[in-house]
Parts: sequence; structure tokens; C-alpha cells
Amino acid sequence: MNRDWSTLWPLLWEAFGQTLQMVTIALLTGGLAGLALGLALYVTRPGNLLANKVVFGVLNVLVNIVRPIPFIIFVTLLGPVTLQVVGTTLGTEAFIFPLSVMTAFGTSRIVEQNLVGIDPGVVEAARAMGASSWRIITTVLVPEALAPLILGYTFLFIAVLDMSAIAGLIGGGGLGNFALTYGYQRYNWMVVLVTVAVIIVIVQLVQWVGNRLARTVLHR
Amino acid sequence: MSEKTTGPASAAPAIELRGVSKTFGDGDRAVRAVDDVSLTVRAGEIFGVIGYSGAGKSTLVRLVNALETVTSGSVVVEGTDLSGLPERKVRAVRARIGMIFQQFNLLSSRTVAGNVAYPLKVARWPQEKRAARVAELLEFVGLSDKARAYPRQLSGGQKQRVGIARALATSPTILLADEATSALDPETTRDVLALLRRVNAELGITIVVITHEMDVVRSLCDRVAVMEHGKVVEVGDVYDVFSAPSADAAQRFVGTSMHDRPSPDALARLRERHPGRLVTVGVREGASSGTELFRLLREHEVDGSVVFGGISEVGQRPFGSLTVELVAPDDRITTFLAALREHADVVDLGTAQQPVDDPRALRAEHDPQGGPPDPGDDLGDPYGVARDAVLRHGHLGGA
Repeated sequence: MNRDWSTLWPLLWEAFGQTLQMVTIALLTGGLAGLALGLALYVTRPGNLLANKVVFGVLNVLVNIVRPIPFIIFVTLLGPVTLQVVGTTLGTEAFIFPLSVMTAFGTSRIVEQNLVGIDPGVVEAARAMGASSWRIITTVLVPEALAPLILGYTFLFIAVLDMSAIAGLIGGGGLGNFALTYGYQRYNWMVVLVTVAVIIVIVQLVQWVGNRLARTVLHR
Repeated sequence: MSEKTTGPASAAPAIELRGVSKTFGDGDRAVRAVDDVSLTVRAGEIFGVIGYSGAGKSTLVRLVNALETVTSGSVVVEGTDLSGLPERKVRAVRARIGMIFQQFNLLSSRTVAGNVAYPLKVARWPQEKRAARVAELLEFVGLSDKARAYPRQLSGGQKQRVGIARALATSPTILLADEATSALDPETTRDVLALLRRVNAELGITIVVITHEMDVVRSLCDRVAVMEHGKVVEVGDVYDVFSAPSADAAQRFVGTSMHDRPSPDALARLRERHPGRLVTVGVREGASSGTELFRLLREHEVDGSVVFGGISEVGQRPFGSLTVELVAPDDRITTFLAALREHADVVDLGTAQQPVDDPRALRAEHDPQGGPPDPGDDLGDPYGVARDAVLRHGHLGGA
């Protein structure tokens, strides 16, 4: 057991690093793209700031098509595109691409839903002051919805961490792969338990930080 | 129609609406919210637009700062025709028009100072000038000590003061107030109305007030337009509209604000207690009808006792009526009334044996569906709303 863990700890550490890398990059790129997509969905919705039936319809259908695809299938489905963009369909980098794309689509709905809660009167007031649409998006919509957005991104972090567990499918490594390869497949339940414990600690930590941030933003 | 002169009334009109219509939706579901409205708001005056909800008044005011665009007709603000103006130029016009709202619409993520500074940022004022202007505005509305508070920490009246400070930030020449006091209690309403009066008097800003409360019009406005089903059904000097409302809606609104004339129910109770001849005498500015009433009673040796009535201010001028029971032989009462009619507006209510209905009280209180049908009545339920307005104003009466 002791001998086992002396080789397993470095592997766990490496897997932890890979997971962190995948989740961080996916959240930064996909989260940002998703913010833009979500804002676009919100402002083009009929009756809103830049209402545009066509743009809204196209974006809405696109998001509805992509989101229900099970992620494990989406990774393989996106394979040819991944090959074009990343140059390979194997490894951590190759996995980050579909992860970021799916994160963007997931984020867009969460952002849109959080923006719906904004009082339209506030937007109207800003328009009445002569503010441009772009200014309203950056100085009214995002700041007014900041607290729910922070909680939304906290939720997303956990969803992305969840998706990253199947990175082993294309040799992407990470905690999920570690638990399956060294735990499940070798009947070493201790490895599964320890990995789960690590994931729980990460999730708790992120949730705590997210809650704190959201509360600070609300109480300002 | 006689008009009260309001300072720089001779200057070019602040706002001119010419045959303005606004339709929402199309085909069968099209709703004509504003229907062929022509109005002129003079520079420096406080202009009221009153109507029940759904009358189109909120849409009308949004046409003035182009938050909504006209379907037909034209909106001219200080000489600039807004129709067909590109977005960039429309934004420049909007910066000259302040707006306050029923729900205040403050940015919850910014402090009081941040809210007031927002339009200055939009107008690209440099930081140092912004800070000085914000301090000056908060001083004006009496909220200097709340500069660093967040909207959620303020009362409704304070929020509206912030709204007013924010609307005044870029020194607009026109202020649009959309039901600005409708979410406030009576006392706070009085404070906010007083502040709006100061804005008009001290800063010379033209104010357009949208409201469904006739008390707001009575205590604040110089002129008023009454809207119903998208149309302006009556427009004029507030005092004239109060003393002689001609449109049905105008009469109902005056009825919600003035409680000086007995309602049919009250009149029935009065007749039980006072079997003699009852007359309602209008009291107007300058007509000295109050004095004349008592002088003529003495002169014609008629006993008179006031049994109902009230006199308050409309547009800061006295207005109201007294209902008097007259006790004397019939012929003396007849000559007395003839003499009184030369000085005042008199409504004869008859005696308990031979009652005469007050045509105005009836029209103000009665279900309009029971009266002659109004061509536009199928669009709403004016009675329900009217009743609501009466109830809402019960506690404000004669204030």
C-alpha cells in the first residue's frame, strides 16, 4: 500500500494539474465567448435593446442544438474540427478545444437567464440619458447582473470540472482519468475515494469563494 | 381659453407634437396607443398629462425623448424634429431631456453619487468636474449625506430625489416625469412635488408630468391635457379644466380630486337632515362669490347655513364650492338666487319634496356605461379604474 502510493501521489498530482489546466482554460475562453453569446441572446431578444428576430432566432436554435448533445459524443463529433484547430485529436490540448466550445454554449444560457432578471426600467433610464447600446451592455447590464453572474460562473466551474472527467477518452489525462485508470480498472477503491475527496475539496473551495464574492458584490 | 402666463411663455415651444400617432404590433393585433395627438408644451411651464392606465400617456411621453418612435406625425423638441433623426443625433437630444420614473430605475450596483454621475460619464465629463457637479446636485435635492449609500438603503422618497438629481445632472432644459409620485405615500408625494416645483422655478426647466392622480395636476401643473384611448380629449389651463371640465374623462378626474360637491348619496342624506332649499355656490378666484353670498343672504333676509362644501387651491388659486340650505319664503329665495347668479355659479338642488339632481355630481360619480355610450369605451373599463382612483384619493381629499 505504501509502495503503491509513493508512485500514485505524483500521478495524482499530475492529474490534478491537468484538470486545473483544462478547467481554467475552458472557463476563460469558453466562459468569455459564452458571456458574449449570452449577451447577444439577451439584447437581440424581441423587445430588448437591439431586438433582431433573425439574429436571435439563429443564435437561439444553435444553442438549443448544441447543448443537449452528450459531451462524450460531442468530443468525438467535434474531432475533425479539433484536428484543424489544434492539429491533433489526442491529449490534453485536444480535449480543451471541445471542452471550451461546450462551455461557451452552456455559459450563454446561464448568462442570458441571469440578465433576464434585470429591471428593464434601468435599461430604459440609461437610454433616456443618451447612453449607447454598447455602453449600456458594459456599464448597466453586466454590473447590474454581476452577483448572479458570479454564482452562474461558480456553477459552471463545477459543470466544466464534471465534463473534464472524460478527458481520458482521448488521452487528455486529468483526475477523472486517474480515478478510472488507477482505481476502477485495478480494483483499487482507495484511489477512487481519494480522487473523489480531492474533487469535493476543489468544488467546496470554489463554491465558497463564489458565494463570498457574490455576497460582497451585492452588499457594496 | 384663458391661459396663465408662465414666465418665458413667449419663447419658442419646448415640445411640439403634430398629429402624432403610435401603433404597436400589426394586423389584427395592432394597438393604437397614441392616436393623432397635437400638443404644444411651452418653455418654462409645468404641463400635466393625465389619463387612466392604458390611455397612452406613458407612450406619449416616450415619443418626446424618442425612446419610442412615432408611427406618423412629428415630434419637435426645441426646434429639432426627432422623426427620422439618426440614433447618434437622437442621443444628443436625449441628453437635453431628463427623465424620472415611477419605479425610480436607479442602478443598484452604484452608489447614490455613482448614479448621479452616470449621465455625466455618458456625456464624457472629466472626473473632477463630475465630482463637483454631483456634490452640487445632491445638495440641491438634500441628499449630500447619502452620497455613498446604495439605492437599496434609501426610502422611496429618497430614491426619487436621487432620480431627480440624476435627471438634472447634464443641465437639461426639459424634465419628463413618468408617474414620478405614484409609488410614494402622500407625505413623500408632497415633498417630491415641492422639489419639482423648485426645479421649475429655480432652474427654469420645463416639466412634463404624466400622472393618473388629479391631485398632482391640481397642485403642480400650469396646464393639463386629459388623455383617453390614445387621444387628447381636453387640454387647457388647469384652473379652467377644474372649473369647467367638458370631456367625460376630465369630469371624472376632477371628481376624484375635488370633494366639495355632495355625491348623490351624500345629497340624499343631506336632504333628510335639511328639508329646505339646497343650492351649491361655486367659489372662484376674484369673483368674491363667498363674500357676495353672505352679503346677499343678509340683504334678502334669507337664512342660510353651510351644510357641505370645501375650498382649496387649484394651480395656487382658490377653488371650490359651498352647499347652503336656504330658509325663507319662496319668492324671497327666488329673488335672492337671481341676485346671486350675477356673481357666482349656482346649482339649484331643490328641496327634499322637489329635489333637483346636480348634473355635475351625477356625471362625476355615475357609471359611464349607464350614461350615453362613449365611442371609445369598448377598449377598457373606465369605471373600474375610476373607482380605484376615487378610493386611492380618499385620504388625500382637500389636502
